[in-house]
This record gives sequence, structure tokens and C-alpha cells, in this order.
Amino acid sequence: MAIIRDMIPAFELFQPTTVEDALALMAEHGEAGWVLAGGLDSYDWFKDRIKRPEAVIDLGGIDELNGISDGQDGLEIGAMTTLTEIVRHERVRSEYMLLADAAEHVATPQIRNQGTLGGNISQDTRCWYYRSGWACYRAGGNTCYAAAPQAMNREHAITGTSRCVAVNPSDTAPALVALDAKMTVRGRRSSSVYDAEDFFIGPATDITRMTVLEAGDLLTQIDIPSEWANAHFYYEKVRDRGSWDFQLVSVAAAFKTSGNTIEDARIAVNGIAPFPVRLDAVERLVIGAAVDEALAVEAGEIAIDGSRPLKHNEYKQPMTSNLVRRAVRSVA
Amino acid sequence: MGRWLDVELNPWGQEVLQGVSLELMYLAIVLAVLFVVGHMLWYRSRGFSEHEETVDVQGSVAGIPERIVRHTLPSRIFHWTMGAAMLVLLITAFVPLLGLEFAWVTIHWIAGAVLILTIIYHVIHSIVWQDFWSMMSMGAKDVREAVGHFRHLLSSKSPEPEKPGKYPFDHRMYHQGIVVVSLAAIVTGVLMTLRIKTPFWEPNAYYPFVDQAVAGMNEMGEPVISLMPGAATGLVFVIHGIAGVALIIMVAAHIYFAIRPDKRYYLWGMIRGWIDREQYLAHFDPDKWSVVDGSIQESPPGGAIADSTVSAPRADD
Repeated sequence: MAIIRDMIPAFELFQPTTVEDALALMAEHGEAGWVLAGGLDSYDWFKDRIKRPEAVIDLGGIDELNGISDGQDGLEIGAMTTLTEIVRHERVRSEYMLLADAAEHVATPQIRNQGTLGGNISQDTRCWYYRSGWACYRAGGNTCYAAAPQAMNREHAITGTSRCVAVNPSDTAPALVALDAKMTVRGRRSSSVYDAEDFFIGPATDITRMTVLEAGDLLTQIDIPSEWANAHFYYEKVRDRGSWDFQLVSVAAAFKTSGNTIEDARIAVNGIAPFPVRLDAVERLVIGAAVDEALAVEAGEIAIDGSRPLKHNEYKQPMTSNLVRRAVRSVA
Repeated sequence: MGRWLDVELNPWGQEVLQGVSLELMYLAIVLAVLFVVGHMLWYRSRGFSEHEETVDVQGSVAGIPERIVRHTLPSRIFHWTMGAAMLVLLITAFVPLLGLEFAWVTIHWIAGAVLILTIIYHVIHSIVWQDFWSMMSMGAKDVREAVGHFRHLLSSKSPEPEKPGKYPFDHRMYHQGIVVVSLAAIVTGVLMTLRIKTPFWEPNAYYPFVDQAVAGMNEMGEPVISLMPGAATGLVFVIHGIAGVALIIMVAAHIYFAIRPDKRYYLWGMIRGWIDREQYLAHFDPDKWSVVDGSIQESPPGGAIADSTVSAPRADD
């Protein structure tokens, strides 16, 4: 491909200091604008020259988007809070270790120093057909190259697909779904709060987006309710390289237990669909049940009900099954 | 081309046809609204009656029954099922593009499958149990009738046009048009459905047979997709898109004429199955659409009689 990857094409840089200014800039520049958080997804796009925004709106100078504070019910995390801050935050580690654990599995320390929670959950998919600039469905075209029989689709989805088979790459997303986090999204005229589960959308709803965020919307805050504080957590991420890689499959689970009986549960898996998948059927199975090996095995089997692998990713079925089994087994 | 058709560059800088642009959808919606509003205003300005015209008939007239069967129950079931499927298809195709997002793909292809099944039923029903050619054929007499009708619409000085048979010329023209457009949408829709997950087949991003036809084959017998990247796919999407936006206008026009007060007897005929004698005598030529108690009349040469629509009970009622 005749793409020069050494320099980023020029753009106009804006560094607002308030959310209102950022929203005004986003409205002013519309499709030609680009919102920059940590830059770890954005600079890939820019360097590959697949995305060529005319204006980049850097959120780094907006203080109100930074930091973790005690809320009325749980924790309030600014969208620009870095992953390192989350990993090191005392209350996150003591009450919501699931999130700290997931954040710690993101890439490398350097990337976690720069990467933000908002950016991590809003990042685009890493499907290489899409990232290479192919005019696929997700890019506004009419083909999914990754779903073709000839395609290399080892990392792609086994469920939740609708034409596009790309997966959500976020490590923290399933943890936030399991913790029943609330996402505050601000536009110029209104503000909405979404359950984490609803924040992520699949290609059946909109094939060009991975979240509810539309042009002009800004994710400003992630609230972690106290409901699941100090629950029994389980997080596991399987990746090709232990040092630094996106997940092949990851599981995040929160259990309320009494002895080895599960009283309540929220379980989410990522890497198998274009969005983090909440395993409702598994939750229904395990809630009220005493954990034993048979229950764990059954939970693992149910977790992949209805999944359909592509040519090269059949391994994701047993991998998902095993991760869910291990999550349930961890309660015993 | 850029305005009406979407073209994207692939990583090699080649232009790849994607489909029709959103502007075409907006144009179709605007045209549909303009047509409806324009027709309404023009019709009013020309002084045509806004109300249904009937003739006053006392008692039985030459054996014409009080109620004349216009559409049999199977025909009505077909029509309304097909109409519902068509509306679902249009809503699921275009409403998400207008901003109301929902998981439309599965609903869309299921509605498409229902549409195909109803059309298969309709074709078999009309060939086996109905006079297929009464709707499909058009002769010189029909054209004369249409020209007379058109002149009357344009000039109040022109004489009253001939009354039509059961299916007026414009109805048959609309039918032929919707056959062509719907078939284009259906054929391309089925090809597009090959790419998505359904219970019927494994999804395939390419259409080998279409690619072969459009882009040719190499010596290995494989489609030369790289020579004309996405050519077949783009063509399929363009045809489906054009058919879709054409259907916006056609369906809007159909609904508009169906609910116009002066044409409402057609709507009642499609709901109840029959029109009354007064409506029949006011709007149709008994020589072209002959209805006599208990008997089925033969079509006169060049006439537009559908024998399934006489008042006599039929096996498929």
C-alpha cells in the first residue's frame, strides 16, 4: 500500500479548558473535527492516514474531566482519568478491584500512563481490514472483508454480529458492564446517562459506531455505583502475548455470595462480539445456586449458546466457555 | 456521480462503488411530498370533485347486484400482507438513516422473505385462479382511454373520458411499474442477504457468480475481483438503493390515491372486498367490467375485465 506512515498530516489543534468549550468546538467543526483523549487510538488512525481530521480537539486540558472522587453512591470517575490513576487509586483497589484489575491489563505501563478510561471504552475496533482503510461496512461501505471465507479472522467475533464481525477491543468495558457503571454523555443541548451495558452498541443498531456516542457527544463521567462494591470479582484476559496485546477473550464477573452460594451476579465477556456481552443466561443459571464443578461447566456451556465462529476463530468458543467456567468456579 | 452514488477509495486508491447516497433518499422523500401536495393543490385548482361521485340507482338495474365483488378474500389477504411487508421494508431501510436507530437488519430480511412469499403466492394465484392477462395486457383501446383521461385532467374543455373496466389504465401502469421495481429490489435484496447471517446459509461477503458476470474470471476460474473491485457488490447495492428510493415515491403515491376521498371506493373495495352498485355505475363501464348475478362474463376484445371480480361467488372466496 502506498501509505506513508512516518508523519501525521497537518491539522488544527484546539485545547479547550472547559467541557462547554469542547462541545462548542465539536459542533463548530462537525465531521471535520476529532476528539482526542489519550491519543492511543487516534494517532494510529492519523499515522495510517485513514482518518484525516482538519481540527483536533484535545481534551487533556479540561480539569473537570480528570480525577476520581467519592460520589453520592459510589465513585465518580472523570472520562479523562488515566488508567494508571485507576489502577493505583486506593478506593478502586479496595472496593472495585475488578476495574483496577481490568485497567491493569491494558497494554503497557507507558500506555496506561497516557491512556484514559473514557478513551479505552470509546476506542474503535482493531479489525485490520477496517483499520487498513478498506471500505467495509463499518467504514461506510458495503462489504465485510473479515467475514469472507477467504478472510483472516482469527481475532474476530463469534456472536453479536450483523454484517460486521469486528470485536470491541476494550479491556475495561466488560468490567464496567459487570459493575453496572453509568456513563454520562453530554451534548450541547442535553445530557444523558447510560447504563454501561447500553453504552456499547452492536452493528445491528449502527454499523459505523461502537458506542452510543454520536458526533457532538462527549463522554464526561463514569459512575461506579456502590451496589457492587466489595463483591467477589473475577477478571481474566487471554491474549497472544502476555506482555502487551489486545484480548482474544476476556471475562469480568461480579458475584454477591453467601458461602459458596451465588446470591447475585453480573458477568460480561469481551472479545467475542462487537460489544461487551453480558451473559444474562449464565447469570440466571448461577444466581441462587451453590457453586460446584457441574454448575461451572454448565455456565461455560451456556455462555457460548448461539455463537457461530468464523473460519479461523472457532477456538474462541472453548476459550469463552473455559473463562466463564473459571469465573464461576472462583466463587467456590 | 459523487452526489447520487457513494464511491470509496480502497487502500490502493481504486474507486469502489458502494451504493446510492443519502441525498437520493432525501430527494425521493422530497419528491414524494411534492407530488402529493402538488397533486392535491392542482386537483383542487382544477375544480375536480373532492368527493366520491355516485349515481342514483333505484332498485335492481339489469341484473346488477347491490354489491359487486371487486377483490376476493385471498386477493385482499395478499394485498394487505404484501403492503405490510413493503411498509416494514421501507421503514427498516430508511428510518435508521433518518436517525432513529434500532436493530433493523433482521426485521428487514424477514419482511423481505414475507414479501417474496406473498408475491410467489400472488403469481400462482393470478395465473391459476384469475385472469392473469387482464391486469398485465394493454391494448390500443386502453391507451386511447388513458389519453382521453389525461386530456380531461389537463383541460376542462376536453370531453369526459371513457369509464374504465375493472382495472383502469393508470392502475395497470402502476402495477407494471411496481412489478419491475419490486423485482429489482427483491433480486438484489436476496443477493445482499447472502452476506448476512440467516438460518438459510452461511454469510459470504462476495457473490462469486455475480462477480464472474460483472468482473470476469481469471484462468483459475476465480472472479477477478481485483480488476474491478467491488464491482458486482456495488452494482447490487446501487440497484437495491435505486429501487428502494423509487418505492418511497411509488408507495407514497399509492397510499395518497388510496385515501383520497374521491377514490375511496377503491380502498373500500380492498378492505371489504366489494363496491356497491352506485359506485360501480358511477366509475366503471359495465361493457368493460361486466357483472351479472351469478355469472361470469367474458372479456370483450381489448377490454380490461378480470373475471375473478364479478359478483358471482368463486371457489377462492
